[in-house]
Amino acid sequence: MEKSKPRARSRPTEKIWELRLYVAGQTPKSLAAFANLKKICEEHLAGQYHIEVIDLLKKPQLASGDQILAIPTLVRKLPAPIRKIIGDLSDTERVLVGLNLREQK
Amino acid sequence: MDEITGGGLPQGRPTLVAGAAGCGKTLFAMEFLVNGATHYDEPGVFVSFEENAEELAQNVASLGFDLKKLSKQKKLIIDYVRVERSEIEEAGEYDLDGLFIRLGHAIDSIGARRVVLDTIEVLFSALSNQGILRAELQRLFRWLKDKGVSAVITAERGDGTITRFGLEEYVADCVILLDHRVNEQMSTRRLRIVKYRGTLHGTNEYPFLITKDGISVLPITSIGLDHKAPAGRVSTGIKELDEMLGGKGYYRGSSILLSGTAGTGKSSLAAAFVDAACQRGERCLYFSFEESTEQIIRNMRSIGINLSPHVKKGSLQFHVARPTLYGLEMHLITIHELIKQHKPDVVVLDPITDFFAVGSHAEVKAVLTRIIDFLKANQITALFTSYTEEDTPNESVVGVSSLIDTWISLRNLENRGERQRGLFILKSRGMPHSNQIRSFNLTDGGIKIGALDLAGRRAELNSA
Repeated sequence: MEKSKPRARSRPTEKIWELRLYVAGQTPKSLAAFANLKKICEEHLAGQYHIEVIDLLKKPQLASGDQILAIPTLVRKLPAPIRKIIGDLSDTERVLVGLNLREQK
Repeated sequence: MDEITGGGLPQGRPTLVAGAAGCGKTLFAMEFLVNGATHYDEPGVFVSFEENAEELAQNVASLGFDLKKLSKQKKLIIDYVRVERSEIEEAGEYDLDGLFIRLGHAIDSIGARRVVLDTIEVLFSALSNQGILRAELQRLFRWLKDKGVSAVITAERGDGTITRFGLEEYVADCVILLDHRVNEQMSTRRLRIVKYRGTLHGTNEYPFLITKDGISVLPITSIGLDHKAPAGRVSTGIKELDEMLGGKGYYRGSSILLSGTAGTGKSSLAAAFVDAACQRGERCLYFSFEESTEQIIRNMRSIGINLSPHVKKGSLQFHVARPTLYGLEMHLITIHELIKQHKPDVVVLDPITDFFAVGSHAEVKAVLTRIIDFLKANQITALFTSYTEEDTPNESVVGVSSLIDTWISLRNLENRGERQRGLFILKSRGMPHSNQIRSFNLTDGGIKIGALDLAGRRAELNSA
């Protein structure tokens, strides 16, 4: 994945963003994170993303695979490298930086 | 370890183990888990933030812990939690439920009763929001308590504080400090219990060692002065000396000191005692810090004491080590362990003065006190030899003389052109004893003690 730093809103057509959101039950933070993520993806990655939500209360054994400590954690599986963003994703700027959708200032 | 904490670590509560790098925190924690898993049927979870399972297994394998086997038996889970700051971006509020869930899952899957978090402070460098982190850690410790698991949390030692990030504020039930110090090229690890709610605990620093069998802690003064005093007597191996000691010899389980200048026959007297004890069918352990086993046996044979059959039978065991080989604590632990293995009735340390080569006066005294206490508590008769300089008979042993029950002084007496070995009893608690200086001879047929032959010599000289 040589082009790991696409410019903001560049929308490279060949890329699929595989995102995984780890939550623990339907907490306000989890719900907020999912809503925020959905919004950001629709805005920046429309049609190019796939979100998988994993509830660790139901599948605790999955926590170690992606080294999850904090909840909620968003893991960008693709494009590589793996990136993790923790928190309710309310800070849109940081989410974009974390997802490499925006150059770090 | 259990001795100094007054019964072990707090059950169902967290314990904080703090120390600088390389002082054995991880090992301490691992020992806690492995012990629980193997001896108390309490499975454990080891959450490692620093090393992965493979590395951990390798590191502790040299200490005889077989982690893979324990994992297979479902008695141990090693969970490696990797956190890398470069991978993580923080965007908004979060909590550490992921860690809770992971830990909870691991605990539930094997029914763990013990948990180790090593070293949780890694989180402080990985996550920038300290406010959240502190609140979450507090919640974590609370949660561990509620789960009723006994936990050991390790932490780096900070400047001026017990831990770098002030974890002791949260884990307030029991705090243990580990320390690694190098003193005159001898490194000593020490352990101190800073705090332990609800129990009596020793407040001293206790030396501990990492040996091939794991961690070994040595309480300096944990043995009280309440050991029994057996009234039985044992022969010194020399009939005349028995007679000088009220006719019956030493008290069983007492401490005997033989002091004297070079060549006065200290080791020979010790050997005579050992020989007599072995012939009575008792077990002996002989610590020699100067001569090799072969050398002692050969030399003793020359004065008619044959020790080799006892060695062959296994009732006599020699342990030969230079005092400078390792630090005082290591000697002490070696002595402890050999005594536990061999279960002797008689122990000889020949000579104790050699310890001064590896420690200061106060340290040696402390160690000898512990040895004497330990031996007395186990009702082992102990015989120490001590080398003294000419004319200052008390100098080198003054520190321990008060702990000694029977003290025999050996001296060279120069008398009209001839040297004689003289022997007298400086003190012997609880028995009538001779006050005379007797002559003492090493002959082919053994040790002979007689009256000092002053008059005879005079006559001889006069006639010449």
